[in-house]
Amino acid sequence: MQAPLPKSYTNYLGRRLFRFLLTVQGLVAFALITLGVILTKWRTAQNVTLPQVFREIRRSGLNLIPMFLFMSTALGLMVIGQAVSRLSQVGAVSSFLGPIMVAVVVREIGPLLTAMLVLSRSGTANVIELGTARALGEVEALETLSVDPVHFLVMPRVIGMALGVFGLTIYFIAGALLSGYLWAFLQNVPLRPGDYFQQLADGLSWIDFAILVAKSCLFGIVIAVITCYHGLAQPLYLEDISRATIRAVVQSIIACVALDALFLFIYLTV
Amino acid sequence: METASATPAPPVIEMSGVVVGSAPDLDRAVLEGVNWTVRAGEYWVLAGMHASGKNDLISLLSGLTPPLEGVYRLFGRQMSLYGDELAAERLRLGTVFEHGQLLQQLTIKENVALPLRYHRNVPWQEIEQRVGAMLESTELLPYADAMPGRLPRHWQKRAGLARALMLEPEVLLVDKPLAGLDPRQAAWWLNFLGQWFAGRGSPRDRRVTLVVTAEDLRPWRHAPCHFALLKEKQFLVLGHRPNFDEQQDSLVGELLAPERPG
Repeated sequence: MQAPLPKSYTNYLGRRLFRFLLTVQGLVAFALITLGVILTKWRTAQNVTLPQVFREIRRSGLNLIPMFLFMSTALGLMVIGQAVSRLSQVGAVSSFLGPIMVAVVVREIGPLLTAMLVLSRSGTANVIELGTARALGEVEALETLSVDPVHFLVMPRVIGMALGVFGLTIYFIAGALLSGYLWAFLQNVPLRPGDYFQQLADGLSWIDFAILVAKSCLFGIVIAVITCYHGLAQPLYLEDISRATIRAVVQSIIACVALDALFLFIYLTV
Repeated sequence: METASATPAPPVIEMSGVVVGSAPDLDRAVLEGVNWTVRAGEYWVLAGMHASGKNDLISLLSGLTPPLEGVYRLFGRQMSLYGDELAAERLRLGTVFEHGQLLQQLTIKENVALPLRYHRNVPWQEIEQRVGAMLESTELLPYADAMPGRLPRHWQKRAGLARALMLEPEVLLVDKPLAGLDPRQAAWWLNFLGQWFAGRGSPRDRRVTLVVTAEDLRPWRHAPCHFALLKEKQFLVLGHRPNFDEQQDSLVGELLAPERPG
């Protein structure tokens, strides 16, 4: 009986699978180490780590607000523009705009797009900063000072990015919902603001809020862990940093999308 | 009856049968069979050519890499890789890297203050005062708010020295302090290290045990040091203030040569 694939393909697939499993193992181990450090050293040297956490919240949250203002306005336009053009064909524009915004913006696109934008802006900076620190021996310098690199470099990024992504997601969704109404108004949709917000309120339930909080915080944690892992966890030379950044971005996107699918499954089963 | 003054100082660094691995490739031995003891209050110069294992030995001494074989004890305790269990011993040891290895995201002042802020729960005013005094003694005060990347390498190296001294370590490891420095800078380093060795640099007048590496023995020739050579994977102790003119080893001649290619 002939094998379903030539040997070269099976070897290739085997190698890829093995590498994938090693990466998953490394990421899980790194995440557990980080969790252990957060739990055991949260109170250690807070005068040093808390400013780092605030710096990270500023970098992964507050500094991105102007960009998110633009993006949320654009998202509101895109969703409402498409919805109005389709719904007007069946004469159901005014009664479905709210539910569509809840399903598309609040449950799916809002948190995921926020995570992707934070990844592109702050996640990549994480890999480059930590990769450079690793390549230039700064991590070894920290170790000789008895400063735990995970405590000093990773913990603030994980906490700061989780809070930053959460805050930005709320801001992004609120902006998209408001701009959505603005675009609907400009397209002469016969819908009063009170009716629009009533539709939004009717479309939301406690599970939406719970999933939104969990999802956005987890996106931040996943992005921080993956980018810190690729910048810090392995010996790097300067020329490796660009490759490490690419790997971190690809793996972060895959992890966030997989996580989003998992939350969709939870939402559908609850 | 032996007087107290005749009692030898306790060993701070002890190595027996240590095999030192190369930092980038730990399985490759760069030094073998190192048997060496450093006692409190000694000043050691470890000399060797480029790639003779000086950097790798400093990495091992500071606990960044484990010995491939043998036993390394710091203050009487067997050293393991970086971990919390030996944090107390590690804080008694300071390391100055060849290029300073400062954190590029922090200013010079923040770099120097970091060990104090991280390990000592002292008021901010006291940290400011102690960091200011250290920056002044290392002539770094004008660059306190500069980012490390904006400064020449020799100032970065000085900032690395200031950072390592902030916790007033009992043992200071300095990797190639004079490499690439002009004569004025080199004289400053020799004088500064000499002051700390003599107990005049520390605010509490405490003597520091020094271990430095060098590729050129000329500046250290008349210093009150113990000398060792790193040659062909061997660690050769020359002793305290050896007579260099009587040394048979050709490497000593090379390290003392007034002109070297490049």
